[in-house]
Amino acid sequence: MKQSFFKITKNIPLNSNVYKMCLKGDTSFITAPGQFVNIKLDGKYLRRPISVCDCEDGLLTIIYKVVGGGTEQMKDLKEGQMLDILTGLGNGYNTDVSGNNPLLIGGGVGVPPLYMLAKELIAQGKKVSVILGFNTESEVFYEQEFKNLGCSVAIVTADGSYGTKGFVTAKMDVDYSYFYTCGPEPMLKAVYKQSKTQGQMSFEERMGCGFGACMGCSCKTIAGYKRICKDGPVMLKEEILWED
Amino acid sequence: MGRLTVNLCGITLDNPVIPASGTFGFGYEFAELYDINILGTFSFKGTTKEARFGNPTPRIAECTAGMINAVGLQNPGVDKVISEELPKLKKCFNKPVMANVSGFSVEDYVYTCKMLDKEPQVGWLEVNVSCPNVHGGGMSFGTSPEAAAEVVSAVKAATTKPVIVKLSPNVTDIVAIAKACEEAGADAISLINTMLGMRIDLKTKKPVIANKMGGFSGPAIFPVAVRMVYQVANAVKIPVIGMGGVSTAEDVIEMMLAGATAVEVGAANLIEPYACRNIINDLPSVMDKYGIENLSDIIGGVNNG
Repeated sequence: MKQSFFKITKNIPLNSNVYKMCLKGDTSFITAPGQFVNIKLDGKYLRRPISVCDCEDGLLTIIYKVVGGGTEQMKDLKEGQMLDILTGLGNGYNTDVSGNNPLLIGGGVGVPPLYMLAKELIAQGKKVSVILGFNTESEVFYEQEFKNLGCSVAIVTADGSYGTKGFVTAKMDVDYSYFYTCGPEPMLKAVYKQSKTQGQMSFEERMGCGFGACMGCSCKTIAGYKRICKDGPVMLKEEILWED
Repeated sequence: MGRLTVNLCGITLDNPVIPASGTFGFGYEFAELYDINILGTFSFKGTTKEARFGNPTPRIAECTAGMINAVGLQNPGVDKVISEELPKLKKCFNKPVMANVSGFSVEDYVYTCKMLDKEPQVGWLEVNVSCPNVHGGGMSFGTSPEAAAEVVSAVKAATTKPVIVKLSPNVTDIVAIAKACEEAGADAISLINTMLGMRIDLKTKKPVIANKMGGFSGPAIFPVAVRMVYQVANAVKIPVIGMGGVSTAEDVIEMMLAGATAVEVGAANLIEPYACRNIINDLPSVMDKYGIENLSDIIGGVNNG
């Protein structure tokens, strides 16, 4: 983990309530796709954990959805403003075990961390398929960006207004060597049930510190109690214990 | 003896800054960031007889100038703390550490304290009779003078190290409880634990925290903590450790003026991982600013006019 200041170079809407922010700073502690950063905002006590969408040579990209007071404040931040950020948080995805044709499944703001993952897998020479799920056409983002990386991309929308109608599981009937996923918990559960291979799933929880000190985001797994912020957010499929 | 040195129950601290239990784990997350040997000491994660997962999530809520937590004493249990956590802690911390203990019965407290009392690195036992997040335990011992005194007497009879009793602010008369603990043999009092709080999500109309209520901490509770430290320090002869929203070197000095011999820093560690290091670094210049030569001179030094 590293605490440092980042300068906002871009903060633009991708659709009505999803924003993309680019920041310049020391990204050397971001070592794996699927990690997150924890952002201090003026007037907010707790930092805001946001997944890393991309990271390259001191340029950090995050994508966030406006869901409450913190993200509401983030969307109004301007280019040139500085942010106090903890980087290098969380375990991130392990790409070594992906096999040759991994499947990446993202839902809503679970999509962003899969971008850096796809980039890394493709750089390793793997054939990457992506299923991105959204509620409706106006919420779709990053389809072209994934295509530009060289992924084959399937889009699903719950209302059928774009791509295939339904949920991400509707497009999972393909061949893949391994899967990686990030999204809302009902989606993760559905993917878990339908998946035919081993895989890695990224979880979300309200966090206190984000670096393993407060036990605010613990969960039970087959491998014992884990902290989503420090031992996760990525868990192996075989260690997940669903609590209904 | 440095300018920052204080004496806590016969053990010299290089400075009065002590990360509070539950915000510093067993030290090693922070040891990755800075040399934690610069601390006075730290109070490790509240330990119980048996392992505990704690409460369901969400356990955390944002507040104005603070946060609510309802972790519920998640810890691996005293046996594992001794066999796994303390050996790791020893590698990154070479000072006496404060062992924080919780329980659900007098026997629990005695058992866990007795076990930790035998550990060479444990300098003090901080007996938590004030956890607001565990039903049927913890805080119930700290809300009546008789029950608190019963725990203290039993722990004192079974242990050799200084016993610090950590008190809850969620009481009508904290002075009566502090005095009862002193009479029962406590070597020091630490206060305040978190204040019972609650948040409700306007969209879902549900409590933000799964446990509904939790412990409110952070700068918002600092004035309450200063007031209670002042009241207790004026009523007992044993040392008082002040905590509650302490985030800066100025806060440390204010707490000491109110009567604290040492100061614990809690929530600030979670937001600003270098909080304690920053406070320790800032203390000498802030002392200069207010004409303070030695911190030990200002304990209870509030000028009542």
